[in-house]
Amino acid sequence: MKKKLSEGLSALVKAATGIDGLDEITGGGLPTGRPTLVCGSAGCGKTMLAMEFLVRGATEFDEPGVFMMFEENAAELTANVRSLGFDLEGLISEKKIVLDYVHIERSEIEETGEYDLEGLFIRLGHAIDSIGAKRVVLDTIEALFAGLPNQAVLRAELRRLFRWLKDRGMTAVITGEKGDGNAITRYGLEEYVADCVIILDQRIREQVSTRRLRVLKYRGTAHGMNEYPFLISPHGFSVLPITSLLLEHGVSTKRVPTGIERLDEMLGGQGVFQGSSVLVSGSSGTGKSSIAAKFIETACKRGERALFFAYEESAAQIVRNMRSVDIDLQPWIDRGLLQIHSSRPTLQGLEQHLVLMHDAVQSFRPTVVVVDPISNLTLADDDSEVKPTLMRLIDFLKKEQITAVFTSLITSGDAVSAPEDTLLGVSSLMDTWLLLRNVEFTGERNRTIFVRKSRGMAHSNQVREFILSDRGIDLVDVYLGGDRVLTGSARVAQEAQERDAATLRGEDHERKLRQLDSKRKAIEAQIAALQAEAEADSEEVHFAIAQELLQQKATHRNADAMKHQRSGSTEQLEDVVETTA
Amino acid sequence: MTAPAVHASDDENTPELAFQLRLYIAGQTVKSVAAIANLKRICETHLARRYSIEVIDLTEAPHLAVRDQILAIPTLVRRLPAPIKKIIGDLSNEERVLIGLDIHSDGV
Repeated sequence: MKKKLSEGLSALVKAATGIDGLDEITGGGLPTGRPTLVCGSAGCGKTMLAMEFLVRGATEFDEPGVFMMFEENAAELTANVRSLGFDLEGLISEKKIVLDYVHIERSEIEETGEYDLEGLFIRLGHAIDSIGAKRVVLDTIEALFAGLPNQAVLRAELRRLFRWLKDRGMTAVITGEKGDGNAITRYGLEEYVADCVIILDQRIREQVSTRRLRVLKYRGTAHGMNEYPFLISPHGFSVLPITSLLLEHGVSTKRVPTGIERLDEMLGGQGVFQGSSVLVSGSSGTGKSSIAAKFIETACKRGERALFFAYEESAAQIVRNMRSVDIDLQPWIDRGLLQIHSSRPTLQGLEQHLVLMHDAVQSFRPTVVVVDPISNLTLADDDSEVKPTLMRLIDFLKKEQITAVFTSLITSGDAVSAPEDTLLGVSSLMDTWLLLRNVEFTGERNRTIFVRKSRGMAHSNQVREFILSDRGIDLVDVYLGGDRVLTGSARVAQEAQERDAATLRGEDHERKLRQLDSKRKAIEAQIAALQAEAEADSEEVHFAIAQELLQQKATHRNADAMKHQRSGSTEQLEDVVETTA
Repeated sequence: MTAPAVHASDDENTPELAFQLRLYIAGQTVKSVAAIANLKRICETHLARRYSIEVIDLTEAPHLAVRDQILAIPTLVRRLPAPIKKIIGDLSNEERVLIGLDIHSDGV
């Protein structure tokens, strides 16, 4: 209640259309109780917009509606909107919608004297009263200009009609054909319907058509002024305003491994967040698709479902080619865990691709989606369109907590100058951005990878060499020497050189140690020899001393003996011998 | 459905010349009243005893407007002879009415 009151005070009351995106652009819907003009060229979706406005009004907002058509008859219209999933017959039998086909054949009509279009008013009034309608669509009332000769009367009556609709409080949508040149409508209907004017446009660029919507004017309220791409999907009309991204999707802290161990290491050791979007960019042949395929294979191995949108290769080709890097996708396709949707980007407009993706995701319910590559989805010079569309896709995937991997091709010219700049528009939408680069050096091209950004996790700042081989995908440290990064065989050569040098150094050490050892042994031998010599010397000295002592004693004894003999006492001689011994 | 069908022709010998006319009006407006008067006068003058007129007031029977694809008021519908013809306006221009009804002024 409070909300309604404040709305009434602050701005005019609006009738929600229930159309995705349109209510966001118009800030709540079309002006209640007033007519809105929807104009555009043939085939741009005016009738679909008007019909959805009516059907949603009847089914979602309890506002029955009258559809008065001047070009198609009821059977044609019913068949046409059935493709949008609208069951008109059911709504008609429930008295929620009335169809009235107003047909006027110029050749059958003769004009004589004064007249007015009271018959139209009566028909419309009767239809409105029969179901208590709140909404009215007049599609396309300009057909009357072709059917009625007196345009002065017609104009006066149209003016009266729009006033009458206002007086009855009908929220009306009037469709009109786009005029030539700058004219909004062919017959100047905008003169009478001045409250709200919406322009639909269908443009063809490079043989691919895209539809756009713009709110030209909306009296008394603020509204989005831009052109917004829109699409007509099996679920109805859908406008893609940037503002519909309310950024309120839940986030997960669960991490999803990429399947490449060392890449996970670079991403804080655990891979990317579930429900995040990953951009893998690089010039051709850098291995973008392989990373995406590995990611998918890993998801399938976990028993999760994955969806692969391929815009470069057919499904069979992808399966075959991925086998060359030891990724076999076929078993997962067979087990129903993987679907590959291949199509040419030029097959249809961007919005149609989006619809297709939307439907595929809705029905298959995967946890991982790969788009390979997004750069093919659009033409390089039309980024303004791809961004909101992509934003819408990412938003949708995030809401569903689906992890998405987008690859993006950087053309070789850009890769040299500024590979990052070319993706600025898209990269800001991504949570994780892996950049693959070719490094050409000494007649060889090698792949490197680094994490350009990864929101919400510690990530490596290192450049790694990215190797694709029949053993799969691997990342190795690059050689950092001097001022350059070496990869490939240059790295291998450098590593071999390093290894040899190390071996040499090792041998040198051993030799030195051995030399030292033998020197020590020599010294020890010398010491032993000297000791032996010293021992020999000391033995000789002792021997000499002993000899001298013996000689001395002998001398003494001789002297004593002689002395004794000279004195003549035998006993005394014997005593002397004992003491000297 | 107000005004009763006016049967002014009893001539059963010339059924192929019978004009079956239906006039749609919306209330007793100036244009409606003028149209009824004009139509009666023209029929009496040129189609004496060879016509029938049914006047339908849509303000009283709005659902009938769909049947003959009525937008303009007044509208005169020539139901027979085929093909169906419609004349819109108050029928004040007698010559145009005769052309519209495929009646030649000599009454053939």
